[in-house]
Amino acid sequence: MHLPPTLPTMTRFRRRADIAALVQDDRVHRDVYLNEELFALEQQHFFANTWSYLGHASQVPAAGDYLAVEIAGRPLLMVRQGDGGIRVLYNRCAHKGSKLVSDDCGSTGKFFRCPYHAWTYRLDGAPLAIPLKSGYEGTRLKDCESGRGMVALKHVVAYRDFVFVKIGDAGPDFESYFGDALGAIDNLVDRSPVGRLRIEGGVLRNVIHCNWKMYLENINDTVHPMSTHESATQAANALWQGQPADAPKPMAMEQILPFGAGYDFFDRMGGRIYPNGHSVLGINFSIHSGYAQMRDYEQALSDAHGAERAAEILQRSPQNSVCFPSLALKGSPQAFRVIRPLAADRTLIEAWSLRVEGAPALLFERSMTYNRLVFSPMSVVAHDDVHLFENMQEGLRGEGNDWVSLHRGFDPAELGQTTLEVNGTNEILMRNQFRAWVKFMTLSMQD
Amino acid sequence: MDAQTERRLFDFIAHEARLLDAQRFDEWLALFADNGRYWVPLRGGAQADDGSHNALADEDRLLLALRIERLKSPRAHSQHPPSSCQHILQQSALVHGDARTPHYELRTPFVYIEVRGERQLMLAGCYRHRLIDRPGGLRIELKRVDLLNPGATLPAIQLFP
Repeated sequence: MHLPPTLPTMTRFRRRADIAALVQDDRVHRDVYLNEELFALEQQHFFANTWSYLGHASQVPAAGDYLAVEIAGRPLLMVRQGDGGIRVLYNRCAHKGSKLVSDDCGSTGKFFRCPYHAWTYRLDGAPLAIPLKSGYEGTRLKDCESGRGMVALKHVVAYRDFVFVKIGDAGPDFESYFGDALGAIDNLVDRSPVGRLRIEGGVLRNVIHCNWKMYLENINDTVHPMSTHESATQAANALWQGQPADAPKPMAMEQILPFGAGYDFFDRMGGRIYPNGHSVLGINFSIHSGYAQMRDYEQALSDAHGAERAAEILQRSPQNSVCFPSLALKGSPQAFRVIRPLAADRTLIEAWSLRVEGAPALLFERSMTYNRLVFSPMSVVAHDDVHLFENMQEGLRGEGNDWVSLHRGFDPAELGQTTLEVNGTNEILMRNQFRAWVKFMTLSMQD
Repeated sequence: MDAQTERRLFDFIAHEARLLDAQRFDEWLALFADNGRYWVPLRGGAQADDGSHNALADEDRLLLALRIERLKSPRAHSQHPPSSCQHILQQSALVHGDARTPHYELRTPFVYIEVRGERQLMLAGCYRHRLIDRPGGLRIELKRVDLLNPGATLPAIQLFP
């Protein structure tokens, strides 16, 4: 039977209180993962009020280079300007709306030219030329949006080459939004003796049939590896035990075996929350702390930063740092994930590798190997994660329990506190995300 | 190359795919030489083998064994329900043969289908096998899987394209 299209009934979550009621102190309502109206409101409010990671400056090295990215349903273009700056424009022709570029990345040369009617724009989006100009004489084109060229985003910050955007005008400025959480990016960049990173080696792209918040929560979930990844870590252990005692440990084993660490290990690694949903998991140590050291590299870093600072940089090796809501970073291995919501039940995850300028090639190999082993669509670690995320998305449709528990470690004294250090299995890192979710969902709502 | 050797090489490629479809993974792994490698480069056929670009998978015998041992575990959660796969091979072509070394390189265009529950995934591409003929028989030194769309947004691929 062919059903007529139905309009979404935007009625359930009209007021701030409707949103706030979904997030209690120690649990969240299943609608935050399932409800399509909430997803539309996230696109409209939450992602307009928060800062999202767009791309890395190294992806657009020369004037005219662009990177096309969709954020919260909006087609955006990061463009390197003639003066070396970076601007972010909507990838939309001012005329009839065609996207001006349709490749993921490339160079547009000195200007953009719409393939449809040949309207052209400067790299900053300003209008350049329109065919049959005389036909517009005496019309109102010049005085309206269509005559003003491509629309530029007002809120764009390149922090140590990581480019972030805020779509709307409400919401805090960049510094107050991230605050001390930017230390995670500093740690990544400071690992280069010359202070520069480059995106290299390609991106691994996964589509997962789950809500984006499930993925983001799991980045801070230290209690799942033992049971979720049991099959992969047991197989790795069994194979490695069969190796001779003096066999050098391959990088893959160095990276996979620590996933089998126990609850105590994960609890002791510790975590920290920051205002606005950000966090660092593994403030004491992590599964990445045991990677082989490299003398020459440590010396180079010490020469660049001084011995004390170099040791501090290298000792900081968290499990994951989350720049809420779009970015999860690993200082070692140098890698990060980008979370892009596509629908209430569909999420794009990208895993990017970084080359650390002035550091040995081994660091880059580590970055690529880790991404491949853990975040590839073919990863035996990710297979079980993805399966469980998709299982939750389906299981939550069950009746009789509308709530998802985030009780572990809850302490009423945590309410109102925005920076806190806790044990590594405390679910406050997730509760903190949801408290920020309510804040930025409702920030620009009426009443 | 004589027709008999060609026949033998082509049969080997077809046999390898049949073992995967039948999920006889241990026998499949035994087809790899000690230095054997299974590689699914992220830029497909355009990728140089110089370590400058990542891969969906790049595995030696140890990592392939890990994959296979995991699949045997009842707690490989993503295998409930289990995946099945079907390789559809086009006629292989011998692109390089040196009976003295004795190394052979073959190209085999393919379509790969993996199903699990209600989901079906289809991949297309071209295999590039580098085989070595040893006293014990042919062995795989490299199975390179050049997908048409390795850089696309992909769902989980759980078996062996």
